[in-house]
Amino acid sequence: MIKDWVLEDLTVDQKLEPMMKPPITKVQLAQYAGASGDFNPLHLDDGFAQKIGMDGVIAHGMLIMGFLGEYVMKVAGKKARVANFKMRFGKMTVPGDEIRCSGVVRRTYEEDGKRWIALDLTAEKVSGEVVGSGSAILQRT
Amino acid sequence: MDLDKSVIGLTSDEYVFEVESRHVGQFATAIGDDNPLYTDDGYAKESAYEGLIVPPTFPIAMNDGKVKMPLQLDHRRMLHGEQEFLYYKPIRIGDQLRCQIKVRDLYDKEGKSGKMQFLKLDTEMKDEAGELVCISRMNIVYRAAKN
Repeated sequence: MIKDWVLEDLTVDQKLEPMMKPPITKVQLAQYAGASGDFNPLHLDDGFAQKIGMDGVIAHGMLIMGFLGEYVMKVAGKKARVANFKMRFGKMTVPGDEIRCSGVVRRTYEEDGKRWIALDLTAEKVSGEVVGSGSAILQRT
Repeated sequence: MDLDKSVIGLTSDEYVFEVESRHVGQFATAIGDDNPLYTDDGYAKESAYEGLIVPPTFPIAMNDGKVKMPLQLDHRRMLHGEQEFLYYKPIRIGDQLRCQIKVRDLYDKEGKSGKMQFLKLDTEMKDEAGELVCISRMNIVYRAAKN
């Protein structure tokens, strides 16, 4: 899906090939709840979610960050370590949503004798609604 | 009741979290992250990490479910606005990490629906030698109480 990037060839403002995730499923939310320890019924119980005014369950925000994390690790490949990774949560996501992860090279630089790449990251729905925006800093080896 | 600046610096008790292979596998599977860095020893050894690691958001799962938070919060007023991970050393399966939650910052902002408070909670993870491995920083929006 994602090729092995040649990290030294990345240039500022370069858009990275996006990654499409398959639609979010309720089973996935149950799996994520179990693995993360976040059993908030808002993510698992439609009845509960409807009682507080939602149409049904919503996905864990951290699952979306997990998608972006998957993407960052694919960009980093074998030749870099991730030093910093952050995300701001945007619109909510629900089962059935397909999330597209994309990135842009913000900066490449040397500091403390090491080579760094700063990326801007976006997770969005097919409709273009942003569900997470973030950044990561990679350290090249 | 609103929080005040005196909460800055409060800490939870320290707890030890063991990184287990099955747990890491379930976490990666839930996300659908099939990176061989989590499963293929040979591949991981040749990488910048020089060995198997865990997915980058795995530290969020490193709570033992028992630790008492350093301060009392009303969950209905909390909104997880932002999450940041600062990585110092790779997290490996089998690691026994000493974790502690700290209140890093608290500040106010005027929002459309009145005063909002922003709380930064750090979970610091250290190895057995006491060296910092990772900080998981949660930025929480703490909304005004409804009267």
